[in-house]
Amino acid sequence: MLTAVMILAGMGLLMGGLLGFASQRLAVEENPVEVEIQAMLPGSQCGQCGYVGCGQAAAALARGEATVTLCPPGGKALAEALAKKLGIEADLSDHEEKGPEYAFIRADLCYGCTRCIPECNVDAIIGATKQMHDVIAELCHGCAKCVEVCPTVAIEMRPVPTTVTSWHWPKPEPLAAAH
Amino acid sequence: MKIFDLPGGVHPAYRKEQSSELAIRPLPLPKRLYIPLQQHVGALSVPIVAVGDTVAKGQVLCVRQGSFSATQHAPTSGRIAAIESFVAPHASGLAQDTIVIESDGQDAWGELPAPIADPFSVDPAEIIERVAISGIVGLGGAIFPAAIKLNMGQQYKLDTLLINGAECEPYLTCDDRLMREYAAEVIDGARLMARALGARRIIVAVEENKPQAIASLKAAAQAHEEIRVTGVPIRYPVGYAQHLTKMVTGRETPAEHRNAEVGVVTHNVATARAVHQAVRFGRPLISRIVTVTGGAIRQAANLDVLIGTPVSDLVEFCGGFSETPKQLVLGGPMMGQPLPDLAVPIVKGSAGILAMSAAELVESRERPCIRCGSCVDVCPCGLSPMEMAAFIRKDKLDAADKIFVGDCIGCGSCSWVCPSYIPLVQYFNYANGVLGDQARQRRKNDRVKTLSEAHAVRAEQAEKARQAARAGKTAAAAPQSTNEVQA
Amino acid sequence: MMAVGKSAPFSHAENSVTRAMLLVMLALAPATLFNFWLFGWPAIFLFATTVAACVGVEALCLNLAGKEIGFYLRDGSAILTGWLLAMSLPPWAPWWTGVVGAIAAIAITKQAYGGVGQNLFNPAMVARVALLISFPLVMTTWVAPSPLFSANAPGFAQALTITFGGNLPDAMTSATTLGHVKTELTRGISVLESTANLTALSDMLFGLRAGSLGETSALLIVLGGAFLLIKRIISWHIPVAVIVGVVAPAALAHAIDPDRYAGPLFHLFSGATFLGAFFIATDYVTSPVSKPGKLIFGAGCGLLAWVIRTYAGYPEGMAFAVLLMNALTPIIDQYTRPRVFGRARDGKPLVFNGSIE
Repeated sequence: MLTAVMILAGMGLLMGGLLGFASQRLAVEENPVEVEIQAMLPGSQCGQCGYVGCGQAAAALARGEATVTLCPPGGKALAEALAKKLGIEADLSDHEEKGPEYAFIRADLCYGCTRCIPECNVDAIIGATKQMHDVIAELCHGCAKCVEVCPTVAIEMRPVPTTVTSWHWPKPEPLAAAH
Repeated sequence: MKIFDLPGGVHPAYRKEQSSELAIRPLPLPKRLYIPLQQHVGALSVPIVAVGDTVAKGQVLCVRQGSFSATQHAPTSGRIAAIESFVAPHASGLAQDTIVIESDGQDAWGELPAPIADPFSVDPAEIIERVAISGIVGLGGAIFPAAIKLNMGQQYKLDTLLINGAECEPYLTCDDRLMREYAAEVIDGARLMARALGARRIIVAVEENKPQAIASLKAAAQAHEEIRVTGVPIRYPVGYAQHLTKMVTGRETPAEHRNAEVGVVTHNVATARAVHQAVRFGRPLISRIVTVTGGAIRQAANLDVLIGTPVSDLVEFCGGFSETPKQLVLGGPMMGQPLPDLAVPIVKGSAGILAMSAAELVESRERPCIRCGSCVDVCPCGLSPMEMAAFIRKDKLDAADKIFVGDCIGCGSCSWVCPSYIPLVQYFNYANGVLGDQARQRRKNDRVKTLSEAHAVRAEQAEKARQAARAGKTAAAAPQSTNEVQA
Repeated sequence: MMAVGKSAPFSHAENSVTRAMLLVMLALAPATLFNFWLFGWPAIFLFATTVAACVGVEALCLNLAGKEIGFYLRDGSAILTGWLLAMSLPPWAPWWTGVVGAIAAIAITKQAYGGVGQNLFNPAMVARVALLISFPLVMTTWVAPSPLFSANAPGFAQALTITFGGNLPDAMTSATTLGHVKTELTRGISVLESTANLTALSDMLFGLRAGSLGETSALLIVLGGAFLLIKRIISWHIPVAVIVGVVAPAALAHAIDPDRYAGPLFHLFSGATFLGAFFIATDYVTSPVSKPGKLIFGAGCGLLAWVIRTYAGYPEGMAFAVLLMNALTPIIDQYTRPRVFGRARDGKPLVFNGSIE
């Protein structure tokens, strides 16, 4: 009986000591999550999340002040990755996936004011004064900032179309559980 | 010849006898032909004709966009009726840009590049260029631009050209017939390709269930000692390039690498014949052999079909359906795609049209996995399908990626054997599609990041310059004003 | 855009879960019928009760889970679980052992984990062990064979009172071979002596001895196993590994001390060695999927069964052994994945260092 008690007590002491030692030695100085989150964000500084840039958004996420669904260009995939990184359960089932979009300039409405051109931070809009502008769709990351400045509402966001080459099989229907 | 063993594989019902003894017949000239701009892997080809143009047979319709692309040619003479969006021969049923030719019934050849008179003494680059401008892509189903593969000799040390005549897909007999009837052309094409590659030896591998094809090829190859024609055991999917390579050379292609890494380049027998025609006669790739078969087709056939012919023309030629088909398939039953519509055209990668009857199509409701492990046993890639599918079902694509779902070749052996009828391959195709999208998105994000940083730097400099200019202006203006005060 | 069709392949091996389960039942049928004859009406009643209880509990659980009852029952897994459980009970055990066993097997072990394919442990073996631990007396009361229509055999009416009334005639009880040896050993009688006046090996082979339905007729069980091997329902890996796992340590120990340790043939033909090797350990759901994994799993089952029979308190250890190895199945699976084509064992792409001329 005494031996058992002593063995258990000894084990308790030893393991407690180990844990204490580990918490001292392996302590993490600061939260590196912010840097990691910033690397995950698109980095296009589009500002759709309401923060000035991706850096501020990352800081807010790390502090737990922003929701993981804050980044429209990142979509559901980014939201899931962020939730995983932050170790939180995010219910994304009703998160409406908009899908990637690109800006499209309507030829009949654009009169070449060039106001949209400096707004585009990836220089995807080409055109000159009094000439119809166009968007290089491959470069556009869908921040929609150009839409806001267009005086003639000539720019609209369109979903990136699925083509024969970009299509893939959908996820199979889950096995029907109900009647 | 030593045959090396492979893991996994299955023995599906081959049902090739329905069409294997039927000689290749030409299909009558269709009224309208539909030539999609994308019939190959790589960049979209660019049309150089306009609606209303008259084109001759063999005339270039679209040119390559960059080198990783393929040229398209007019399969017959006629008028360009439209360049429009038309339903693609693809599982998605999506439309794609397609050139529509109205045949003039003359089928008159236009001017073709001159035959290369002595291809074994010219620069190999000339053969490769000829293959490129002839629009030749891998006709075994991979539709990879053939010229790119023939150029591998530049990057890799090669010693073997492997000509793939396995045709392990059930039902299909187009390669079998081609090997039987055009063995000499296949062998000549193979020699031309070996010349282009700088490969020392040629191995022609055919599944052992095609003895006549093996005999024809052996006879045609007799005069050339660098060519070995060999039978390979009947086991789906031996015709997959990496697996066939392992089977006949014992060399296992490292994952994430090309076959050329182990000194081997593979080409399909029909591709070899197309190369022969391009080099010897200057003829571009405008037709291919297509097997029309299945329990629901009235009369099976192996047809020589112009690219762009609507599938309905083939079905009509074969006497239509003897019963309402339960499933229409483009290609074979293991890796083929569901046919979205009978109006879709035959393209360079279409090897067969399969009209499966209700009796042939084994269907059953999906049940939960009982962990029988059959899928693991049959996977030719050594993957664990049930485990990957379980991860994907729970949206853990990263976990599936870690156990190499990306190495799946989509052969369908696992789905074929699964007693619970779980659509395993669809899970993997879905996962690889999403993982591919994510990778593309990451690349795009990186580019966006670089561009936006550059943009920010430029904006800042512009702002500084403006401030400097303004400061300069103020500085210049200030003394003036004092002067004014003083004045 | 039109609706996306079905994905390839459009061809199938034409096998099914139901077919696999039916073939296993077919393989069990000869041994089962033989034992019906051997142990008479009470055995038939208990068998019917156990199978019916398993199907009933399964239906109830499916209903509670909101699943389609008919569809899931048709896979045959509940019947097979009931069948295997019945084969591991003492043939004249009372009816409620079958019912309690069915609840343990189906409700607790199988459906609570999510239904067919999801359970970690073999349902029939969990039930057997639960019954053995909870009702040791009932579960170790064996009867000597009294074939149907023989003089000693209970009639239909008497059989009803045995199964449903709990009136087991005392005179009929007997010990299993493994139980006999264990008891004698505790009384200081050596294994050599105790096995000498035991059932002849040929009787054990044909099954003319006391035991559960699945323990007696070794020959018919092996025949059933061979049938499953030929039909490719099971592979040889687990059965062979189980048998080697039992026989090898038995032979070694017997060679060292024949007085203490029973011989390999005795172990082979006693207890549930063959039933375990061909029908229990080979359960798809609870055994590893890869061939090396199956060998490890089978050898572990065999070895543990021998250890438990030889050193532990229970005369038969196959059920415990299988359950212990079931617990290891996920980890065995993880470490015995096949090598991926084009990759080394560690998952890195191969490096080609052959010569290209």
